[in-house]
Amino acid sequence: MARFAVRRLAGAAAVLFAVSVLVFVIFNVIPNADPARQLAGRTANPQLIASITREWGFDDPLPEQYLRMMQNILTGKVISYETEENVDERIVEGIPETFSLAVGAAAIWMFFGILFGYLSAVRAGGPLDRGLTVLAVTGISMPVFWLAAILLNYLAYELELLPAGGYVGFTENPLEWAQHLILPWVTLAIVYVGLYSRVLRSNMLDAMGADYVRTARAKGLSEHRVMTRHVLRNSLIPIVTLFGLDFGALLGGVIVVEGIFNLNGVGQYAYESLINLDLPPIMAITLFGAFFIVLFNALVDVVYAFLDPRVKLGSPAR
Amino acid sequence: MESRSPWYLAYRRLRRNRVALSFGALFVAIALFALAAPLWASDVAHTTPNATHTTETVEVGGEQREVVDREGGPIGPLWLGAGGRFFLGADGHLGRDEMVRLMYGGRTSLFVGVTAALITVLLATLLGLLSGYYRGWVDGLIARVLDVVWAFPVTLLGAALGLALALGGLRIGPIVISGDSVWVPILIIGFVYAPYVTRPVRGEVLALREQEFVEAAVSQGAGPLRIMFGELLPNVLSTLIVFFAISVANSMLLESMLSFLGVGVQPPNTSWGTMIAEGFELITSSPLLTVLPGAMLLLTVLAVNVFADGLRDALDPRAKRRLEVHAGQTEPEGTAA
Repeated sequence: MARFAVRRLAGAAAVLFAVSVLVFVIFNVIPNADPARQLAGRTANPQLIASITREWGFDDPLPEQYLRMMQNILTGKVISYETEENVDERIVEGIPETFSLAVGAAAIWMFFGILFGYLSAVRAGGPLDRGLTVLAVTGISMPVFWLAAILLNYLAYELELLPAGGYVGFTENPLEWAQHLILPWVTLAIVYVGLYSRVLRSNMLDAMGADYVRTARAKGLSEHRVMTRHVLRNSLIPIVTLFGLDFGALLGGVIVVEGIFNLNGVGQYAYESLINLDLPPIMAITLFGAFFIVLFNALVDVVYAFLDPRVKLGSPAR
Repeated sequence: MESRSPWYLAYRRLRRNRVALSFGALFVAIALFALAAPLWASDVAHTTPNATHTTETVEVGGEQREVVDREGGPIGPLWLGAGGRFFLGADGHLGRDEMVRLMYGGRTSLFVGVTAALITVLLATLLGLLSGYYRGWVDGLIARVLDVVWAFPVTLLGAALGLALALGGLRIGPIVISGDSVWVPILIIGFVYAPYVTRPVRGEVLALREQEFVEAAVSQGAGPLRIMFGELLPNVLSTLIVFFAISVANSMLLESMLSFLGVGVQPPNTSWGTMIAEGFELITSSPLLTVLPGAMLLLTVLAVNVFADGLRDALDPRAKRRLEVHAGQTEPEGTAA
């Protein structure tokens, strides 16, 4: 177990290192992005740019610049080239909104994904299954940002049923918090509801043919008990894996949804920084996102071993 | 008893799947719609996707109407009122023909989707075959590289690369790709999705290479290349076909997302994604400009996904039979001839 944890940690650190180098390289090959010019602002003149270049060390060798950047990010001292505000503080400010968005969406997609998948499998081939399958495939095929735009226009602007974007803190007013987030939650969750219900359906159909299910039936268990206790429980294991990976990677999907619903979270910050070619926040946010992906990957392995006793930690990975 | 090739059996199973076939037909119809863009533009609408008509008027039922009114609002759908000009109205204050743009946008979206999916599948095949066949350090090296790509949130990586290349263009040896070329999003999307297809391909190759037919090839003196491409590749082909179809759907979605963020398809090219982005700015006054390209995109991706499902069922008869048995519609394989 200890050896597994150490190997896993070392692997995670190596991946994060590679990710940071990759982002640094991507943004240092862009010819238009001269950070000194960015820092100098509109009134830039060659002398000012030259002095900023010297002061901030933009003419140092790239590995040196990279090390300095990483050191600043990890110690919370990194400064944006565009707005000159502290990047780490700005990310921390955005966390409540992004976190509220992600957790709410995840709860919705797990609940409806499992519910729809279960109903579909139990009624396989029937009209309910067909209807749910149509819904699921439509969900998977949905351009999320488009759905967000449409919902925002018709439900918020025209019918005025829900607020048109913005954020209210949970501690300020829980009801308004939920009202403001319901559209972003739904748009973010819809793809995953489709995906999870289909994965669960096919897992359950596979499991229904297994010997242990026949044994359970032979023992005289009720159909309901066979389905929930035996088929569903075993079919949920891959869903847990999937959930870990998808939840960890949610920062990507959050970018567009936050942008459309005007949530000032980490995703929105990522988008602004990209448009401004602002390297320090892009590095920090990408690392932040990659950290969660790597973290949840590792968590999934541990949870998996816990749920499925046949899996032994420390044995060669998948 | 006549023997049939597995491909023929798969084809027959697909032919019986009416849902998959009708969505396949829908996809073909959408593709034809997009391909007909130059015809519609030159013979019906008499314009081009980027031609502006800001100060012009059109004659509708004997009455002259402005394409763009004083406040900059575009004209709505005229259907055939002006002989097919501005069939779906104009696209905003520039007064471009929405129908023409929708058709040309479809061309770009489909082209990016299909080409990026090809790149994804080619990369995945190559990497999957190499790591599944050689195992050892080759496998380890490829797995580490994929882990790194995997650790990026897809949209963030796509957007970062898109921005970098849109500004700087790309130079690979003698090939120069300018920043506004559609090849920039194509290469990015093809690259970003490759790890997701490589893993399953590698898994299949790992299992296949232990089988007798590979051993037989080795004992005949076949080299690694012949084993990989002559023996293993044909056996993973059905998997690759299904992944190609799914990749087309995913690539089209990612393209639209990147274009919406402004880091995908660049002007003068138009895609459904860029059209949604432009329409979103006018969503309260002309919601149709957002609804239309998105609905086309949704329909196309839906058609591809349903057809891909049908393909998978046809190519993997075990999966299909399982489902049919549970649905109580068991159909004995190979009786209908």
